[in-house]
Amino acid sequence: MWRGKPVFIRNRTKDEIEAARKVDVATLPGGANSADDKRVKKDHENFLVLVGICTHLGCIPKGQSMNDAKGDFGGWFCPCHGSHYDTSGRIRKGPAPRDLEVPPYEFVSATKIKIG
Amino acid sequence: MSGHTSSYEPTSRWGKWWDERLPVARMMHAQFVAFPTPRNLNYLWTFGGILFLCLAAQLVTGIILAMHYQVGDATAFNSLEHIRRDVNFGWLIRNIHAVGSSMFFIAVYIHIFRGLYYGSYKAPREVLWILGVIILLVMMATAFLGYTLPWGQMSFWAVTVITNLFSALDTIWAGLGTGIVEWLWGGYSVSGVTLNRFFSLHYLLPFVLVGIVILHIWALHVVGQNNPTGIEIKEPSEAVPMHPYATSKDLFGMFAFILLFAWFVFFLPDYLGHPDNYIEANPLVTPPHIVPEWYFLPFYAILRAFTGSFLGIPLGSLAKLLGVVAMFGSIAVLAFAPWLDTSRVRSAKYRPMFKWAFWTFAFTCLALGYLGAKPAEGVYVLWAQIFTVLYFAYFLVAMPVLGLIETPSKLPRSINEAVLGPDAAAQKH
Repeated sequence: MWRGKPVFIRNRTKDEIEAARKVDVATLPGGANSADDKRVKKDHENFLVLVGICTHLGCIPKGQSMNDAKGDFGGWFCPCHGSHYDTSGRIRKGPAPRDLEVPPYEFVSATKIKIG
Repeated sequence: MSGHTSSYEPTSRWGKWWDERLPVARMMHAQFVAFPTPRNLNYLWTFGGILFLCLAAQLVTGIILAMHYQVGDATAFNSLEHIRRDVNFGWLIRNIHAVGSSMFFIAVYIHIFRGLYYGSYKAPREVLWILGVIILLVMMATAFLGYTLPWGQMSFWAVTVITNLFSALDTIWAGLGTGIVEWLWGGYSVSGVTLNRFFSLHYLLPFVLVGIVILHIWALHVVGQNNPTGIEIKEPSEAVPMHPYATSKDLFGMFAFILLFAWFVFFLPDYLGHPDNYIEANPLVTPPHIVPEWYFLPFYAILRAFTGSFLGIPLGSLAKLLGVVAMFGSIAVLAFAPWLDTSRVRSAKYRPMFKWAFWTFAFTCLALGYLGAKPAEGVYVLWAQIFTVLYFAYFLVAMPVLGLIETPSKLPRSINEAVLGPDAAAQKH
């Protein structure tokens, strides 16, 4: 929880990272700012940290547990109004206008992060 | 109507004393006893009185509930259970209040559809109609605020989704929407702070409603009631005094309505609610399927009809804003009905084409209600889009166009002719 909102932390597989990097950012609503390397910290590319709140109307997207529906792009799927997010937390399909928010955070050590 | 002379004669000295100082009794007598009502009103005209009953019931039960309810994110949920189990007759009062909101909306929707069918929105009743639209809006706000108070899962997530609607304004000016949402919440997320202010507003708005209802009745008594023929009263024999004619008919309608009301209160108190609201609010778990109360479903369906594309037209990042605009627009468009409808004939009874448009519209509203309860995926989205188009087409296409191309069937010359037939009416004349 951060500011009363859930935070998603996903340790991504190589395949997931590759899938996220292959996407042409020009096709995304966020444009160049949506590039996967801008959404993670250098040397910690596998860790994706996101505010777990759908940018449409604020539900918590599914995709955190093993057997959740993860949507058409292998990331998260918001059951409220059907927004699909990819393995970089970017909006790919559905009514949400923006990518899932990346909160300000830093790696305090290799195993610990500080959000805010 | 407003010009009819008062026949009130105070009989007691006490009555005369007041009549010379503050003639409230004279006004009440003129407006609610001697007031001329069309002789041909059917039972659909009893819903005004029924709605008054609903408002009164909500106010009385609500004030009692507030004596036992404990606002706050840690106490609200449990205090509701306390009211149900420990407070004397608390279960009854809570059930009347919760079921009452649904009954209120059933009655108000029938009241609105009656107005649409018989053309009650047309001149000179535009202000009366617009006040009604405002009443609907305030009712919706009040119902929504009240639904958050049990602080169950549906309460919490309904607040989250609906307040987030305002974040759509970010598309117009970056940060504007988010700013408004955080101002409404009193923080970065929905919390006990939000609950506290919603409780305060939920207590306030019904009294605002009372004020607008008084204006609504005032406007009604200036222009007089419409009637199934849509023809104005032309001579005194076409009207009957409100008391005892309309009042006894209203009372009968009320009792029939109370039967339905009581059936739900005593046998199906939770039927119209959602079981997830008996789980305490949890900001870390979104229920798998968020649905609003049934009376918001058609509007919710319109909101969700705007996904990435609408009937094949790509919307991109505007989807969210358009959905919100369409949802509010679906109520706002009602207010323009008096000017959108170009026909000079009021009642759909004499409008063969408009009648079809009306029933298509009624079906559209039911279909949207059904779709609003379904998940926003696949074929449901497509149907929601089609019915959204039909919804707006009723106001923006059918109303203006049919008035121009339609030939109305023959109108009776007067209410008396419609009721008694041409011969008897002529005799009476």
